[in-house]
Amino acid sequence: MEFADLHPLSLLIFLPVVGALLVAFIPGLGAGTIKRLAVCFTFASFALSLALFALFDRGDSGFQFVEKVSWIPQINVQYHLGVDGLNLPMVVLTTLLGFLAVLISWKVELRPREYFAWLLILESSILGVFCSLDLLLFFLFWEIEVVPMYFLISIWGGGRRAYSAMKYVIYTIMGSAMMLAGILTLYATAGSLDMTVLAGTDLGQFVAVIPLAATFWLFLLGFAVKLPVFPLHTWLPDAHTDAPTAVSVMLAGSLLKMGGYGMIRICVSVFPDIAREYAPIIVVFAVIGVLYGAVLTLRQTDLKRLIAYSSISHMGYVLLGIFALSNLSVAGAALQMFSHGMVTGLLFVMVGLVYDKTRVRDIPALGGLARQMPIIAVVFSIAGLAALGLPGTSGFAAEFLVFLGSFSSLTVAGIRVYTLLGVVGIVVTAGYILWMLERVFYREAKPRYDGVKDADTLELAYISVFVVVIMLVGIYPRILTDVISAGVKALPLT
Amino acid sequence: MNYYLLTPELCLVGVAIAVILLDLVITRKGRLTIISIAGLAASIVVSVALWGRQDNSLFNGMLKADEFAIFFKVLLAGVAILVLLASRDYISRLSRFQGEYHALILLSVIGMMLMAASRDLITIYVSLELTSLSLYALVGFLKDAKSSEAGLKYLLLGAIASAVLLYGMALIFGITGETKLADIAAALPSGRVWENPLLLLGLVFLIAGFGFKMATVPFQMWVPDVYEGAPTTVTAYLSVASKAAGFAVVLRVFLEAFGGDVLPDWAMIFAVLGAITMTVGNIMAISQTNIKRMLGYSSIAQAGYLMVGLAAVSHAGEVSDPVVYGPTGLLFFIGCYAVANIGAFIAVIAVTNKTGSDDIESFAGMGSRAPLISLALTLCLISLIGLPPTAGFLAKFYLFNAAVHHDLVWLVIIAVVNTAISAYYYLRVVKVIWVGSPASNEGVPSGWALRAALGIACLGVLVLFFYPSPLLDLARDAARTVAGILLP
Repeated sequence: MEFADLHPLSLLIFLPVVGALLVAFIPGLGAGTIKRLAVCFTFASFALSLALFALFDRGDSGFQFVEKVSWIPQINVQYHLGVDGLNLPMVVLTTLLGFLAVLISWKVELRPREYFAWLLILESSILGVFCSLDLLLFFLFWEIEVVPMYFLISIWGGGRRAYSAMKYVIYTIMGSAMMLAGILTLYATAGSLDMTVLAGTDLGQFVAVIPLAATFWLFLLGFAVKLPVFPLHTWLPDAHTDAPTAVSVMLAGSLLKMGGYGMIRICVSVFPDIAREYAPIIVVFAVIGVLYGAVLTLRQTDLKRLIAYSSISHMGYVLLGIFALSNLSVAGAALQMFSHGMVTGLLFVMVGLVYDKTRVRDIPALGGLARQMPIIAVVFSIAGLAALGLPGTSGFAAEFLVFLGSFSSLTVAGIRVYTLLGVVGIVVTAGYILWMLERVFYREAKPRYDGVKDADTLELAYISVFVVVIMLVGIYPRILTDVISAGVKALPLT
Repeated sequence: MNYYLLTPELCLVGVAIAVILLDLVITRKGRLTIISIAGLAASIVVSVALWGRQDNSLFNGMLKADEFAIFFKVLLAGVAILVLLASRDYISRLSRFQGEYHALILLSVIGMMLMAASRDLITIYVSLELTSLSLYALVGFLKDAKSSEAGLKYLLLGAIASAVLLYGMALIFGITGETKLADIAAALPSGRVWENPLLLLGLVFLIAGFGFKMATVPFQMWVPDVYEGAPTTVTAYLSVASKAAGFAVVLRVFLEAFGGDVLPDWAMIFAVLGAITMTVGNIMAISQTNIKRMLGYSSIAQAGYLMVGLAAVSHAGEVSDPVVYGPTGLLFFIGCYAVANIGAFIAVIAVTNKTGSDDIESFAGMGSRAPLISLALTLCLISLIGLPPTAGFLAKFYLFNAAVHHDLVWLVIIAVVNTAISAYYYLRVVKVIWVGSPASNEGVPSGWALRAALGIACLGVLVLFFYPSPLLDLARDAARTVAGILLP
């Protein structure tokens, strides 16, 4: 039997669901069993995604491992999955983070049954978004994600969790409402929900229900909320700050990328002409996001909020890369999405660890922790250096590609100026990361933290995974760029 | 005459009389529920058997047992079965009038079935009154202050609405000299509606009269008080069945009688009213603290979404399908809305039976006290928002899709923004259930009948998501029988 006959993508998506159902409904499970079940199912998904990655034909820029079944024939909806060079890295990222998120949550004792069930369903819904090639299916997984996130933040979060969870939901649903309108107008115009068909169709030949540019903007708004693009970003710091650590990791690591991925997959590849037309405006928002986000980050005193704000700035690079519209810059954006997933994931883990040990997240109240928790200090520094793009880390490879690609792009007028402005963001990033590390770890050691413990074995295990992946991609970026460029090649870029 | 076409209704008439008579001799009143449900089930079976029949006209065309009517007959009887199952746990509050309770429900089902089947203004009015009179009594059934007030309010406002409706019908009759829908269509003066002020007035009065039944703005004033005061089972019944019947009549009347030149005009009236209805319903729902009132306002909002289906009709399509898109979406939406809303009310009955309070706050911590009921309620609320994996998601998708096909993108944008608003108040209930701390650790016991009804509703919510094709096909066939008239 061929590997493709196993329906690997369906299996990948629904393994966590099966796990979630088992965890939620088998009576009399202890907390330990629940956690072990969750680990098994997420690991199986991860292993499967690695197999896909290994078996992926890098010379083929089309979709592979495709599954296609008619689902609702009345409106031409298909259950249609497939991966190419653009979504495969995202799939691997999500399954890896999903697996690590379970390990990160090992110490969750409050209502573990529900917690792990929701965490697994969250992973499934994100995987579904990345694998779907039918717009309705894509939208469906996109919407499902809201439910587990709402519960995860509002029950297991901290701070103003109810407020943050609701804000997250309202923003997300508002964004996806716009997207739904976009999907419907696109469907009414082109008569198809199949993303592979739409990408190859010249929309100019149809009589549009509303101007095509308006449809493009409806989609873009939906994705922009998720990415998040200035000025739609305000839900992010709240959601991040109040979410439990593992959920912050999933949110920053994987969820935000749904926005960037959607922009490449739909805004750029279905509406190439309109994307070119409006790219100069969008790039301006990207640069504002980079700089404004970075400046806001400088001002943060809450450790977790600081990392959250830095995400806004780093997602600006992704937006810049995408709408510079050159092969190189889009590939850079895709790599940046993966890299940011690992780097910010690790940063959130480290913040979580620091907070677990000290019960403090206020930066001025911390200090000199390097003495008391050397491992955490070292790994935190590695993550920080990767975030500011130090060569040898994935952050460098990604940002370098983005800036090189957008600087040399010939599609967008004035892109050089914007790129240079964007590069300034790196300087500010270096500022806030180093300053934060210095304030938290390297000042005079405070005696009140003398008793705190360093990372234990389990924690060491999962943070090492992050570090290894960050280094691996940093030293040998081809491992991903090979795959990514196969996907970028198929895009209608000039 | 082919009277067998009336068997679904006759079957219920027989059971209703039997229930009243048996009530005099039977001591174990639970049997009444079983008999009523058996009667309803029988009428479903008979209705299904009549599906797809060519010679389906009765009484010289005043009634019609076409696919459209059968669709609603099955739906209404199904809703009544769920309501009666859920009533088993509620019945202790209905004191000694159980026979009457069952009989009234059955009679109102007959009225609604006739509403869906009527093709003549006279039969429409008579069946509407049969329905309304039973419902007035049901709303006041608890006999406490709130329930009596609700009953009286419903009666007074209902009477005004029906007078307005009658006036509208009289005007239409005056213009065309006909009462049969098909004849009205033939006799209707050509030209747009504003060229004929009398016709415009007639249409507006019809919309107002039916708008009361469908609970759309600005004829929704009665909803919150009546919903709060009525027995919860009756509220559930009102919010689904009477609304569905209202939409059935409106679809039939407007498509069959006014399918000509005036169609774009009334479609636009419905589009605008729909936009206002959903917005007002959602905004008012936000501030409610009583769950029955909240669900009442939310059902107003849902009626607003349903009106999108009334607006999404036009002659525009060169191909046959877009014409029936809107009505099909409307029927499918009603089916999905019915299971979700009934499910939500059944869960509310289960909880309020235990806590004795309709306040949303009294649901605090239900997640740990009654996990399964809470899960069911959550699922139904998520379906009402329109999030996957539930029926509500596909229902909205299909309906909005129909609207976009008819160039109503503005309406769809208003509708989807409204969806986001509705998420706020539905999720607030979900939050209270799962995040709030319970007032006690006592479980929430519920009878088998209620659990079965809740199970069926939840199953419906899930099945209509994963396997919607059969219902969509049925809805399309049903819609074709009324909207097909518009086909070129």
